Amino acid sequence: MYVAVKGGEKAIENAHAWLAEERRGSTDIAELSIAQIREQLSLAVNRVMAEGSLYDPDLAALAIKQARGDLIEAIFLIRAYRTTLPRFGCSNPVETGEMACDRRISATFKDAPGGQVLGPTFDYTHRLLDFKLAAEGEVSAAPEGQPRTEATPHITEFLKGEGIIQDEPASDATPGDLTREPMEFPANRPLRLQSLTRGDEGFVLGMAYSTQRGYARNHAFVGELRIGKVAVEMDIPELGFAIEIGEVELTECETVNQFKGSKTEPPQFTRGYGLVFGQSERKSIAMALVDRALRWEELGEDNLGAPAQDEEFVLSHSDNIQATGFLEHIKLPHYVDFQSELELVRKLRREAEERITPKEAAE
Amino acid sequence: MADQTNIANAARQGWMGLLARAPEGALMALWSKYDARPDFEWLRSPEVGGVMVRGRTGGTGAPFNLGEMTVTRCSLVLNDGTVGHGYVQGRSKPKAEAAALIDALMQTSAADAVRAQVISPLKDQMENAKTDRAAKAAATKVEFFTMVRGED
Repeated sequence: MYVAVKGGEKAIENAHAWLAEERRGSTDIAELSIAQIREQLSLAVNRVMAEGSLYDPDLAALAIKQARGDLIEAIFLIRAYRTTLPRFGCSNPVETGEMACDRRISATFKDAPGGQVLGPTFDYTHRLLDFKLAAEGEVSAAPEGQPRTEATPHITEFLKGEGIIQDEPASDATPGDLTREPMEFPANRPLRLQSLTRGDEGFVLGMAYSTQRGYARNHAFVGELRIGKVAVEMDIPELGFAIEIGEVELTECETVNQFKGSKTEPPQFTRGYGLVFGQSERKSIAMALVDRALRWEELGEDNLGAPAQDEEFVLSHSDNIQATGFLEHIKLPHYVDFQSELELVRKLRREAEERITPKEAAE
Repeated sequence: MADQTNIANAARQGWMGLLARAPEGALMALWSKYDARPDFEWLRSPEVGGVMVRGRTGGTGAPFNLGEMTVTRCSLVLNDGTVGHGYVQGRSKPKAEAAALIDALMQTSAADAVRAQVISPLKDQMENAKTDRAAKAAATKVEFFTMVRGED
């Protein structure tokens, strides 16, 4: 129960002033600029954009600065800002097959057309702290090769030719939008994907990991992982045709999963799908694994009772802003609630004592 | 007639898309050097909003909502009645205004001058930046070697 409480204004004001000072840190050290955060902490910026569900690197960098690097607090700031924006419309679905790939790898086909392009990856680094970074220094330019000008085809296209992988037929259905209508269960796949792509990276990772450890194991291979920029196109009513309104960096993961076949389907591979704003590789692989686990019903698989198969469990707990809001509200004043509980416990104790005392008197 | 309309629309799609994606600094640097700026009136002054970006399940299937992006838009009319629209990524009102003015001028006799001074150099800069990334990506393409085994 919430009861209006007055008082504490001065304390709150002073706490905010101290917060601003602590945020700045020692003034002997140069202040961080938004551009520095955007350029040099870009993966944090990407996470804030993905989970804040708003692609705007400068805003995400500002949120990170304001939140003192607390990414969930920064995501909260972005979500709050997002609600103030008028919605101009919805884009046409992005063509990830047209992506200008910085990175594109497949764990299933060594010689995939377009090749295995590592991009600026942490993979194969030794994870040893690099003390050279503690000193300032110039970075030498990365080597260049012969740039690829044509689009890089999706790996699953090759399997589709053989009919050996489940198809993803295109449709023009208008997807539900959980920012407009509250989530209802059962949810369909487009709604689940919207929820997962903005879900907490740690939570989605944990859920995905649980499937790998045997809680609804689905034998995933990373058929393809690609990172790069795609154009965003929208129909403009005043023009009567579509134009590109910008471009976004995306990470896309397609998993290829084992499937025995069912009464209606021949044995074939099935798919999980992850698509996330920014360079967000861990999140997009995790999203694909959880997407696949949640598809058990449509694929005629058994419900093994695993957490990752339970869409209500997964989708109701994946949003870190909902979670943190409910979790952290318990630290706010609950004086009246607690007062009534205190009264109740005292009364119960009194009654219990009274029940015991007469007996003792009789003895 | 229909074909001409399609050709004109395709050209307009080209420059509007370029202006939408252009880095603000690069666009404003070129635009600030263009001195024949016309007078105009706002039809819709610049406003910042969001567009819901969609993807497809499995890359090719049913659409789903991926998340929003910031967009700034405006519309204006030149004294001769030419209407220009600006739809640009991000939250910069000056960038949206520049895009709408350029869109309008590209429909007038000033088109060649604007193309030469703004659109073409901007396109070159953006294509060079894209090619640079593609070249760095290409340098990280794995070349496999087959290790010879056996005891001959």
